Amino acid sequence: MIEHRPMVTFVSHLVLIFGVAIIAFPIWITFVASTHEAARMVQIPLPLLPGDQFFNNLELTLFKGLQGAGAPPVGFMMVNSLVMALMIAVGKIAISLISAFAIVYFKFPFRMGFFWMIFITLMLPVEVRILPTFEVVANLGMLNTYWGLSIPLIASATATFMFRQVFLTIPDELLEAARIDGAGPMRFFVDILVPLSRTNIAALFVILFIYGWNQYLWPLLVTTDQSMYTVVMGIKQMLEAAEQSPDWHQIMMTSLLAMLPPVFVVVFMQRLFVKGLTETEK
Amino acid sequence: MLKRVHFGSSWLPFALVAPQIIITVVFFIWPASQALYQSLLVEDAFGLSSEFVWFDNFIELFGDEHYLGAFQRTIFFSFSVAFLSMSFALTLAAMADRVIKGATTYRTFLIWPYAVAPVVSGALWVFMFDPTLGIFTYTLGALGYEWNHKLNGGEAMFLVIVASAWKQVAYNFLFFLAAMQSIPKSLIEAAAIDGAGPTRRFFSIILPLISPTTFFLMVINVVFAFFETFGIVHAVTQGGPAKATEILVYKVFNDGFIGLDLGGSAAQSVILMLIVISLTVIQFRYVEKRVEY
Repeated sequence: MIEHRPMVTFVSHLVLIFGVAIIAFPIWITFVASTHEAARMVQIPLPLLPGDQFFNNLELTLFKGLQGAGAPPVGFMMVNSLVMALMIAVGKIAISLISAFAIVYFKFPFRMGFFWMIFITLMLPVEVRILPTFEVVANLGMLNTYWGLSIPLIASATATFMFRQVFLTIPDELLEAARIDGAGPMRFFVDILVPLSRTNIAALFVILFIYGWNQYLWPLLVTTDQSMYTVVMGIKQMLEAAEQSPDWHQIMMTSLLAMLPPVFVVVFMQRLFVKGLTETEK
Repeated sequence: MLKRVHFGSSWLPFALVAPQIIITVVFFIWPASQALYQSLLVEDAFGLSSEFVWFDNFIELFGDEHYLGAFQRTIFFSFSVAFLSMSFALTLAAMADRVIKGATTYRTFLIWPYAVAPVVSGALWVFMFDPTLGIFTYTLGALGYEWNHKLNGGEAMFLVIVASAWKQVAYNFLFFLAAMQSIPKSLIEAAAIDGAGPTRRFFSIILPLISPTTFFLMVINVVFAFFETFGIVHAVTQGGPAKATEILVYKVFNDGFIGLDLGGSAAQSVILMLIVISLTVIQFRYVEKRVEY
């Protein structure tokens, strides 16, 4: 604090509390909606304070799903989301680690060519090449599989760049020492490089897990079979059904469940999250 | 960028880059080149024959008022989202930078919408503004305003902008706060000794010093609004009413998957790729010229 101005500090707190209230309001309304029974959720005005049906709704949504919409139980969709998110996060980290290792530590033909090929992926988000990518996945017979959901999304320029930066800061003496002790390239990678990049891997994992969990357009295209639906796309199906029968208590419970894992990760791994965010985005 | 001490060539480095390169070629480069090729073709309605037509698809697009309308709408949408979420985040970051007690608590409460998927954000806002049941619709009704975003295009646009900006505030807040906290305290103190109050210091010192971050966030927010808001539009309005919220990414999906106009959709994809490429180049040039304090 540079000068003592209690008024300004007070106003600052006031503005911040007001800001937090605006940001949190939609979530509060979601939570409230998920704690009331169906009959209460069609009476205007809708409640602003929580009711006592939270656990009933939770059970209903997790194990039965939305009646009438023909959607599978939400618990089932959450498992699909989890598998997809983990496959994307782990896959991206694994292939980026080894390709960054090859590019930084080996001298081989077409090294820079490969580097630029990876760089190009940065410029081709799924949204701009949806039709042809869909055709490729369909031709490979990967529709309605976990592989089809995750593999097309796991090439990553940003992760490769980040590991490249990390490896470049590791002193050369480590490799020299490892060589004198008789370690080969893979030994050096597993015993020295990977342990040294541990925090970066963890930070990246947090970001990529959120990225994977929140995928929407891609699962929407490659899954037609209900047994492969993810929870984030399940919400859209429910919103469509809401045109006929507004089961808002269940839709909002599903929204709550869909945001729970990534929000949990952000709040409880905040330090890693901030690190991951600031390092991958530049 | 190669290490001074490194390994020689063998089959190993090729094996190491292989997974990444194979995925890149199969799922990125090949589809992108297909999009380029298809954008030069016209297919008949049954997909039986196709004809090479050079740039006709592009010429047709730029003569199509629906496409130009979607273009204008996307630009308006992107800049509204960027402006709304950045100004809100900047105000909060300036306040959080001032207070010492509780700054991390505020941060925790402000950053978690980042983790909410765009579709979920759309679902939350569409629930609050539901024309018959929504809590805001009720409040507005009590004040004498009839809200129905299913009929009114302007209201629909407002709703998708708010739902997108809400999600983006967290990200902007984090970066603004980090930028403000990296400004040396001595600069602020010197200004205070010269008699500049908090407002004056904010506009004359803090704001100019964080301008690189502001520019960076501008690009990031526009990219987000261009490409990652598909879920929000799809959940909230489906591009309607009467195409009032049909942005470019939504139109590519709609024309390609629902309308099955392959050539036109591919041409739109190519234009979007050009936009991403130019935005990426702008973003990287900025990183090169990072301002040092």
